[in-house]
Amino acid sequence: MTIELKSAVKTIRGITHIKPTSLVLETGHFNVLLGQTGSGKTSLIKLMAGLDPLASGEVWMDGRDVSKLSTQKRNISLVHQFFVNYPQMTVFDNIASPLRVAGMAKSEIQGRVEEAADILQLRPMLNRRPQELSGGQQQRCALARAIAKESRAVFLDEPLANLDYKLREELREQLPELFAGRGAVVVYATSEPEEALLLGGRTALMDDGVVTQFGPTAEIYRKPESLTAARVFSDPPINAARMSKTGTTATLDTGASWTVSGPTADLPDGAYTLAIRPHHVTPVPAGTDYVKLSGEVLVTELSGSESSAHFELGSEGWVSLAHGVHPYEVGEAHDFYMDASQAFYFSEDGRLVA
Amino acid sequence: MKTENQKAWFFVLPVLLLVAFNALVPIMTVVNYSVQETFGNNVFFWQGLDWFEQILRSDRFQAALGRQFLFTFLILIIEIPLGIIIALSMPKKGMWVPVCLVLMALPMLIPWNVVGAMWNIFTLPKIGLLGYFMNDVLGVNYDMTQDPLAAWITIIVMDVWHWTSLVVLLSYAGLVSIPDAYYQAAKIDGASPWKVFRYIQLPKMKTVLTIAILLRFMDSFNIYTEPFVLTGGGPGNSTTLLSIDLVKIALGQFDLGPAAAMSLIYFAITLLVSWLFYTLMTKDDAK
Repeated sequence: MTIELKSAVKTIRGITHIKPTSLVLETGHFNVLLGQTGSGKTSLIKLMAGLDPLASGEVWMDGRDVSKLSTQKRNISLVHQFFVNYPQMTVFDNIASPLRVAGMAKSEIQGRVEEAADILQLRPMLNRRPQELSGGQQQRCALARAIAKESRAVFLDEPLANLDYKLREELREQLPELFAGRGAVVVYATSEPEEALLLGGRTALMDDGVVTQFGPTAEIYRKPESLTAARVFSDPPINAARMSKTGTTATLDTGASWTVSGPTADLPDGAYTLAIRPHHVTPVPAGTDYVKLSGEVLVTELSGSESSAHFELGSEGWVSLAHGVHPYEVGEAHDFYMDASQAFYFSEDGRLVA
Repeated sequence: MKTENQKAWFFVLPVLLLVAFNALVPIMTVVNYSVQETFGNNVFFWQGLDWFEQILRSDRFQAALGRQFLFTFLILIIEIPLGIIIALSMPKKGMWVPVCLVLMALPMLIPWNVVGAMWNIFTLPKIGLLGYFMNDVLGVNYDMTQDPLAAWITIIVMDVWHWTSLVVLLSYAGLVSIPDAYYQAAKIDGASPWKVFRYIQLPKMKTVLTIAILLRFMDSFNIYTEPFVLTGGGPGNSTTLLSIDLVKIALGQFDLGPAAAMSLIYFAITLLVSWLFYTLMTKDDAK
């Protein structure tokens, strides 16, 4: 089972929502679409689902061109951020509705609905109406409909966004298991880098209506091909600063300098952009090669066992994320240490060079 | 700790006064007239429930009540589905939305007696545009001043013209509040347009439709001005609805007692039917 986009483009009233995008999504793992709000995740899903027409390009499913096929004929499921269920129908009828439209035999419908209800722990609620359920149960009902349908592709468009924290964690843990071995291509859209990492599989980074990078999730996390990709796949946002390199010496615009080695040292001299994840910038140096930076602390946050500090480095806002509780004084200058060996280097046009 | 004083009464006093002047005092006046006979000079004689009995037994009242129910039934059976159909076919976004909304609201902005006068002039044979067109161009014998059927068709069409917009606007408000996600879900399931209407649009419009049906029931059941100006209850008594008959008894014949009794019966029927409608339509939600 595969979904393949061949330079698919979507325009609505002259505005391009999806720029030419080519992508091959496969079954057996989660395909995560990661991007900020408005980056085109939902637009891309609607294109694949056939809810919106293609301006140009093609969509293929299982080696067949489905670009002209209606949504119904593509045999897909879609679970929304809102809990979409038919209000007048019971949970049972809701799960059964696509099967009934497909003209399936009554006994088979019964079996499929009960199986899906068991998986999602909806058995006791089968005779209730959606509005009598909690938010988590309503979303389970929508998921059960997708599972019972046994469609070729399941699109999950930020399905956990409207659930509270605990339910979200619970359901997120169950999700990969729910769809494992069902043979459907699972596409999961989210704006949270953490969800992409947790759900694993493959990730497509989206920015401004285009997929900037696609591959195994961990690999993309370790090697973002571009500065925008690095920015999308980091929470808190990745730190960036302009830098120049002469010989083996790297110097930030703010004056901090250090000696580079390895592949970074082989780069031609010139101007670059350095980017480093917040947890590689700490208030205490963990090694002798850490680069000392200093800046005014703007905001501090304590979350669980980690403390973060937003500080000003030159004209850029930087974030440090460290274990333990650290005493920061807001408004005071503070020293931070950067593990330069973990930094990404991007060329002037935003491509990863080292 | 419990504080015992009577201060709370002062907080309900304003609304109590308002309701008293608004409803209680006028109703009690009517109740007062309905159980007494008066010959003027503020001399009253106790009559008990005689007037009520007389009204309920009279053929005239029963005929007017029958006409009233027929009128309201026709109004609801035409205006509610028609309003929903118009609302469904109106654009959901774009530059035509405000145009459609204003066009829809226009008939409702016209004062009721003006509507009656307009339709009177419009439909008069020889003089009126419609009257002339029907009789002299199409050759159909149409005269609402002579023919009861023509008079009925005219008052029904007039009311549909005047008030369907209310149903349209309420239904439309219900329709535009349905998120796109529901239509997408229906598209994915491959649901037919009828199923989309039955399982998505109708349930989502239910609340506003309940209000629309109640308002249209009460307004059409209590209608007076428009048919009075248009037909004056004629020809004969064929379009004498309850309120028109009531005014004839109260102000035409100056039979205050029977008129008061009739008002109360009229009020009770309106209240009862409204309550029935409301209970039936909201029954599912309470479950």
